[in-house]
Amino acid sequence: MMSEISATRTAARAPALSYGALVILLAAVVVVLLAASLSIGYAPLDLQKAITDAIAGKSTLEAIVLMELRLPRAALGGLVGFSLGMSGAAMQGLMRNPLAEPGIIGVSGAAAFGAVTSFYFGLAGAASLALPFGGIAGAFLATLLLFALAGRGVGTMTLILAGVAINSFTGALTSLALNLSPNPYAVSEIVFWLMGSFADRSLPYVWLVLPLMLTGWGLLLASGPALDGLTLGEDTAKSLGFDLKRLRFQLVGGAALAVGSSVAVTGAIGFVGLVVPHLLRPLVGHRPGRLLLVSGFGGAILTLAADISVRLLPIRPELKLGVVTAIIGAPFLFRLIYRLRGAE
Amino acid sequence: MQLAAKDIGIRFGEMTLLQGVDFSVNGGEIVGLIGPNGSGKTTLLRVLANLRIPDHGEVRYGGKMAREIGTKSLAQQIAYLAQASNVHWSMRVDTLIALGRLPHRRFFAGPSAHDHAAIERAMAAADVLALRSRTMNEVSGGERMRILLARALAVEASLLLADEPIAALDPLHQLEVMELLRATARQGRGVVVVLHDLSLAARFCDRLVLLANGGILVSGTPREVMTDRHLADAYGVEVVRGERDGMPFVVPWTAVRK
Repeated sequence: MMSEISATRTAARAPALSYGALVILLAAVVVVLLAASLSIGYAPLDLQKAITDAIAGKSTLEAIVLMELRLPRAALGGLVGFSLGMSGAAMQGLMRNPLAEPGIIGVSGAAAFGAVTSFYFGLAGAASLALPFGGIAGAFLATLLLFALAGRGVGTMTLILAGVAINSFTGALTSLALNLSPNPYAVSEIVFWLMGSFADRSLPYVWLVLPLMLTGWGLLLASGPALDGLTLGEDTAKSLGFDLKRLRFQLVGGAALAVGSSVAVTGAIGFVGLVVPHLLRPLVGHRPGRLLLVSGFGGAILTLAADISVRLLPIRPELKLGVVTAIIGAPFLFRLIYRLRGAE
Repeated sequence: MQLAAKDIGIRFGEMTLLQGVDFSVNGGEIVGLIGPNGSGKTTLLRVLANLRIPDHGEVRYGGKMAREIGTKSLAQQIAYLAQASNVHWSMRVDTLIALGRLPHRRFFAGPSAHDHAAIERAMAAADVLALRSRTMNEVSGGERMRILLARALAVEASLLLADEPIAALDPLHQLEVMELLRATARQGRGVVVVLHDLSLAARFCDRLVLLANGGILVSGTPREVMTDRHLADAYGVEVVRGERDGMPFVVPWTAVRK
């Protein structure tokens, strides 16, 4: 079941774009979308004045809107999208399966539960960073469990099964929290949070997750050559000098840092990590190592674009980002499955 | 580089798969590993490649243990061609073959001129130059095996351990691959190859090691190993045999069940 060569029937001729050019192009699109995200919002904003004021340290209305609302939203959109895209590519490379997604090892479910816990005990209202801290703590606990397993030398398949178990357990605990919730207001707050959004996050959220994400990205990127080696299976990768046990630690740790902190600040945003690597894979000649960075930028593009579009769509209340990505992503997943089955 | 395994024992839980196996291969030599299904050929080859730690005994490479040599250096010296290896992503053929150079690359450095030369040599040797810009889902089963062999050759290791490299090939390509393996040995490398085709094993290998019943039944020159008695004991078959150019060949004829 892990051999999914047929998944990629799209004839991968020599990529039209070199790897370097592709990275630069995607990075440029991210920059443009970041700028667009800063300039689009519900109130008109003189961006130039806002930036000048913010740099000068003046607390004008423009500067406050920029620093308190627009900047955290844009920055988190880029950071979370990058994390999800890169982690998805890394998990697909590790599992050697195009249907793997960043949450497959269970950290996203655990992070969501951690955040919900801080809602449940009312901590989220008491301290603004309690929510992401709760999420990060949840992801951390799940990672400890996975590390304990990986340390015993279990294979990749066991890690997936552990991820399934963690996801269903934390999912059940999240439902329990809703079930026992003291009042309907708390329930609706949790449910809305779980849908995933970048709205109304402050700059401290960014500073909190940035170092975690950067560390995670570093770990994931460093695994590129080993993921290439894994193309021919675990024995061949090992014979090429890659330590698979270390690789599993590295990838679980990297994905946990990147995805755990993403979920902790934004809730669940699905399908980005599944769809983006799949779309970009032919452009890097199906090389799992090269797919990492490219999928990071691709993920940032998708989330930023989706987050801009929920603000432009004339639908109120604003659609939650997780809802939008799932509405676009699920049919895409179905198409992928359909083609996979057809190719057998 | 000489590979020498001493007193290898392998268990799967309660069951003993192999016991007291001594094995060695020298540079310039091609050794065939033969035996019935489940006799432990692949497992022994994985032990020789340092992919599995034996439950008993030790393997030395040029007199040294694997941990003395270091992972990276060992990866440069041993090329392992897995049995019926899955190719999980449909890369271009030359990209896939270039994976064989990973042990020689510095972290995140691109391929050097030396790497490119090694890749070209490997592609020429395995006769896959014409396929280089195809993707892996555009090649036939036989082409795929030759590409995987080219990947292993691209390591340019002093030892090549190949698990059933001709299982999926037609007779012409079987002969070509065996010629190639022998030529690789003649360049001074040590080659160990797991085979099911007894005649090709006898013809192309300098020595044969016949595994059966939890250990080495017999090892030696093809003529010493390929006796009626050994083949009946190991495989439970009676063979028809002949000779061509001074070389024995055998055709399994009747099942005799031990």
